Amino acid sequence: MSIETAPKISWWNRLAHPGQFVALTRPLVWPLAALTAVLFAAGLWFAFFNSPADYQMGDTVRIMYVHVPTAWLSQFVYATMAVSALGTLIWRHPMADVSMKSAAPLGAAFTAMALFTGSMWGRPTWGTFWEWDGRMTSTLVLLFIYLGIVALWRAFDDQLRAARVVAIFTLVGAVNIPIIKFSVDWWSTLHQPASVFTPEGPKMPGSILTPLFIMFFAFTFLFLVLQLVAMHTEVRRRRIATLERRMARGSAA
Amino acid sequence: MRGFLAVLWRDLRLALGGSGDVLTIVLFFVITGAITPFAVGPDQALLSRIAPGIVWIAAFLAMLLGLDRLFRPDQEDGTLALYRLADVPLAAVVAAKVIVHWLTAALPLIVASPLLAVLLAMDFPTFARTVVSLLLGTPALAAFGAIGAAVTVTTRRGGLLAPILIAPLCVPVLIFGVGAIAMGGGPDQAGAALLFLAALSLTALALSPFAAALAIDWGEE
Amino acid sequence: MTPRQVHSPISLRARALACGRGDTLLIEGLDLDVEPGAGLLLRGPNGAGKSTLLLSLAGLLPPLGGEVSLFGHDPEDGPALHYCGHRNAVRPRLGVRQTLAFWRDINGPTGLSVDAALERVGLLPIAGLDAGYLSAGQQRRLALARLLVSRRPLWLLDEPTAALDTDGHRLVASLLAQHLEQGGLAVIATHDEIELPALRTLALAARA
Repeated sequence: MSIETAPKISWWNRLAHPGQFVALTRPLVWPLAALTAVLFAAGLWFAFFNSPADYQMGDTVRIMYVHVPTAWLSQFVYATMAVSALGTLIWRHPMADVSMKSAAPLGAAFTAMALFTGSMWGRPTWGTFWEWDGRMTSTLVLLFIYLGIVALWRAFDDQLRAARVVAIFTLVGAVNIPIIKFSVDWWSTLHQPASVFTPEGPKMPGSILTPLFIMFFAFTFLFLVLQLVAMHTEVRRRRIATLERRMARGSAA
Repeated sequence: MRGFLAVLWRDLRLALGGSGDVLTIVLFFVITGAITPFAVGPDQALLSRIAPGIVWIAAFLAMLLGLDRLFRPDQEDGTLALYRLADVPLAAVVAAKVIVHWLTAALPLIVASPLLAVLLAMDFPTFARTVVSLLLGTPALAAFGAIGAAVTVTTRRGGLLAPILIAPLCVPVLIFGVGAIAMGGGPDQAGAALLFLAALSLTALALSPFAAALAIDWGEE
Repeated sequence: MTPRQVHSPISLRARALACGRGDTLLIEGLDLDVEPGAGLLLRGPNGAGKSTLLLSLAGLLPPLGGEVSLFGHDPEDGPALHYCGHRNAVRPRLGVRQTLAFWRDINGPTGLSVDAALERVGLLPIAGLDAGYLSAGQQRRLALARLLVSRRPLWLLDEPTAALDTDGHRLVASLLAQHLEQGGLAVIATHDEIELPALRTLALAARA
């Protein structure tokens, strides 16, 4: 960490300084949080009161407004982590470490939510909480990868060393996820040739699309807000750890 | 090449030279397979139907068991740090270790698999296909395992962590490995699965030494 | 022994070097130069960062700031340095001779032959023994023999005399003297006395 460096000019370098990063992005948190709240309010209003119940699934179709955005985030967060991992490995950007570390539990949470809502939805439509269909299965594997990454972070004491190692593993995972997805699809079609009901049909009325779109943005902004706050927390946690260590050394000497 | 062979011989000698690791792994494999009938019942028809899956799971778990000795002993006695300063590229050292891992933790399982074939009532054609799919698929397990072992080599709980990290990545190997044996999808499906398996193994073998070497270089101290 | 230049003349230079473990800074703003034929003794209390500095010089630990460079070193020649740390990298179930031959293959057979190196460190009589049976001091001698079988100009030694008897101390001093005479350079962290004219001392203070 570069702590005692002279102030630099370019915004990239300013962002590289953890303290500067917090100072620059803190003003963004409240407006973004407010925007997220508005989007959720609008999205939920549409979802509950201003969209039709499905003629087949009834009101349970409304689970989709949570399920689809979280499923999208489960992949978007991994992409964020993979880009941050590149930032760690190639540009050695200190905030990339922090971003990678804060995104992992968020990604795990969104993936778990996608699985939970998926099985809630599966109960009335498929008649079972869990169906080994391709999409559910690869999301489950993705959840395991997220949890593995969280565990890997926790296994290291030295966060700088951890960042580089986790970055490598994140990228290995990123290369593997399409292969896993492909293999799981291949496997599920092999074992159940009868096509299961696909929630995202090609023709969706606009009355469903509007709340879906709003909820989609609401969840994405929710992730952005949570990610920023988690990054600020992580920066502070590291500073506290540094100060504590310095104090311990001071009293020992 | 000289250094690569030196690592290969040294690790082979260490693995085979009276440590009993190989025997432990083979025993684990056989016992895991032999214990399944107690859990699912001794029904011959059922057993022979799920036998390929059992063999694959047993092989997968047994290979995970052997992961910890891939880099950890070398890390503990300082050899790994010296590899990083060696004339031989670290990736070549890792490649040699992956090969030794396969030779001492996968090949013995395949040799022992007839035992499980008898216990689990496999017919001969299924057994033959199982051996082929194990031969083609276990190199990928060894390669992924090397990545898992490399990223956890400096952590204290690495021995527990590596299998958890690696298991999700190995899902395609299991799917295509068992898919190559199963008759459900017809002969061309099984052939495709074998090809996928071979492709996975080749790609993983080619790329994993570099990823593992990077992880060691940046994670070790 | 007559002075002869065996090593291509390279020099070690560090500028504004900052190193530490994790984000704990141990050494800051360190400049050092070691010229061919010269050695540097690192001294300082425990925790002053001697081992960390050696690891950073070896490139095993990324420095937190500043830079380390080797002047006159052609990367084509392969690695320019030997690092000899606390851990001896000696494994039971491999013979003494096997162990050394292994390192000769790994690092390149550019130095003494295996038996000549074992003779030099006094292990030749037990060359056939399992390395697991060696005492701590003998293991350390085997680790030192590794420096002799592959010729590299820069030696980074961390407590080379640890676990060695007085005879072993003399051995370290004579190996170092020979290495420096041949145009090599060395950085040694130690608490023991090593009397050589070509050695300078760098004292590292404990950081509060």
